[in-house]
Amino acid sequence: MMAGNGNKNGAAVITARDLTMAYGDFVVMRDLNFTVEQRDIFIIMGGSGSGKSTLLRHMIGLEEPAKGEIFYGEENFTRADEGERRRIMRRVGVLFQSGALWSSMTLSENIGLLLEANTHLNPAEIREVASLKLSLVGLKGFEDYYPSEISGGMQKRAGLARAMALDPIVLFFDEPSAGLDPISAHRLDELIVELRDSLGATIIVVTHEVASILAIGTNSIFLDAETRTITARGNPRELLARSDNPKIRAFLTRGQEPMEKQ
Amino acid sequence: MAKPAPIQEAATSGTLSFQESDSTLVLRPSGRWSVESGIPSLSEVDRRLGGIRRIAFDTSSLESWDSSLLTFVTKLVELARAQGVDVDRSGLPSGVRRLIDLAEAVPERKDARRKDIDRPLIEDVGVATIKTVEETRSTLAFLGELVLAFGRFFTFRARYRAADLWLFVQEAGAKALPIVTLISFLSGVILSFVGAVQLRMFGGQIYVADLVAIGMTREMGALMTAVIMAGRTGAAFAAQLGTMKVTQEIDAFKAMGFEPMDFLVLPRVIALTAMMPLLTLYANLVGMLGGALIGIGMLDITPAAYYVETTKAITVTYVLLGLFKSLVYGAIIAFFGCLRGMTCGNSASAVGDATTSAVVSSIVVCVVANGIMAVLSYVLNI
Repeated sequence: MMAGNGNKNGAAVITARDLTMAYGDFVVMRDLNFTVEQRDIFIIMGGSGSGKSTLLRHMIGLEEPAKGEIFYGEENFTRADEGERRRIMRRVGVLFQSGALWSSMTLSENIGLLLEANTHLNPAEIREVASLKLSLVGLKGFEDYYPSEISGGMQKRAGLARAMALDPIVLFFDEPSAGLDPISAHRLDELIVELRDSLGATIIVVTHEVASILAIGTNSIFLDAETRTITARGNPRELLARSDNPKIRAFLTRGQEPMEKQ
Repeated sequence: MAKPAPIQEAATSGTLSFQESDSTLVLRPSGRWSVESGIPSLSEVDRRLGGIRRIAFDTSSLESWDSSLLTFVTKLVELARAQGVDVDRSGLPSGVRRLIDLAEAVPERKDARRKDIDRPLIEDVGVATIKTVEETRSTLAFLGELVLAFGRFFTFRARYRAADLWLFVQEAGAKALPIVTLISFLSGVILSFVGAVQLRMFGGQIYVADLVAIGMTREMGALMTAVIMAGRTGAAFAAQLGTMKVTQEIDAFKAMGFEPMDFLVLPRVIALTAMMPLLTLYANLVGMLGGALIGIGMLDITPAAYYVETTKAITVTYVLLGLFKSLVYGAIIAFFGCLRGMTCGNSASAVGDATTSAVVSSIVVCVVANGIMAVLSYVLNI
């Protein structure tokens, strides 16, 4: 199986080798092989229940693969011990589907906690950095709000500010546009591209929002729930233009090209 | 043209009449068809199907319709299909036709329907056994992790927020005082009454003071406090952690390099275990005050006599035994509260189950532990 789409010269940031994911005896996806290259906006797409979020959970170490390995650069993340994993994850930011802000802490404390645990900044500096991160997502002035006091869209942006707290080189987004109105979703898409360009970060997005897949994706894999593996890969716009795989065509055209050919 | 029934219309029932010609049965629904007046049975139609090859509809006198007509027609179509009779739907209102087409667009998934599986008893026993084994294993694993977390705590390597610890100390300590006051005062009063009735029979009212003092310090102070804290703080721990699991907050801790065991469980366990003996000491005192109120107020014991009798009855050993028990109860309640929260499922009802289970498990285990400690203290002559 070919890894990546090969037309970029970026270094491999994350590589999955023969990854099989399972809950007990139930195999979610098998034999996944793919490479996320530097500065990619890498889309993990697929229908509901195809295991997109499960794959993300495997990539950040919340689930253990049934088989196969995940590499960060040259380092084997799956075989790494607790301390090595923590060191690798320190440069990785995650935006969870619901934001997952810590509800007992203010926005500033949510971000500050990560700085406190990983840097030697003093409390005043921590607050300044937290404030800066919030202003990057348009939430300046909301430092002392609790997550329950702000709207869902703001929670998501605050979650993004927290994901960026430690200047990550890899950022994961789990269904970023879920629960957002079209305009907020579009703004978030723009923010994702902006972050990639300004931070030079590599971005992995789990989503089924076709509009944002086509707008921002530079590379992708399509998880097919029926065959339980990757059935298409590459730049989403090219896939839409050239792929002859009926399933990916149906997905990217939102069912307007039904997949009855096969 | 028939329209869907407006809601405010009174439920005057629709009727159904039949007309047979050649081998065609024409159904004439008329009036207002509404679910409020029920769905006609198919037996009428079934009876007339002999020799019929085709069913048609005439809805010229139908005033309004809703799901009742849809359901009726859907059932009719199934019946007709089973009997090999054609159904001509062209006479139906177009809305009904389109909705029925929509309902038939995706065929029924035969395997989707849930069956009531009648499992043999032996299988039930097997499933229950496996579940118990798994639960025991996960409980032991959690205990192991907690021990490791304590190891890190005592070597100053555990990472948690001191502010959280103080918050939980306040939650499990000062804020529990009003309810502990009420319950332990009443416990003292009750002990005193129970004792008074019996002891009065042989003129030993003064020994009510002994009963209350020993009863509170050795048993009731710690146990009643444990029951309160299980319902109050243990349940809160399970609900907090369970909700954090559902909202992925715990995942966020793990993904961002924090050990949830150190960060979330440790401060809770430490706070509750440390506060329990203090609350119990307080409960003992308030309970004895309650007992004294009855003894002095109703049994005509002088305050001085009651006081002297109480001090004679209490020993340091009894008080320490009660405090030791409260320490054990505190650890049990905090353990089960956190365990149920951390192993909670991913739904709102799972959080409810976790909370219930936290309270039930902690009270049951506390009482069992009390039984064991009672036997031990008897054997050891304490």
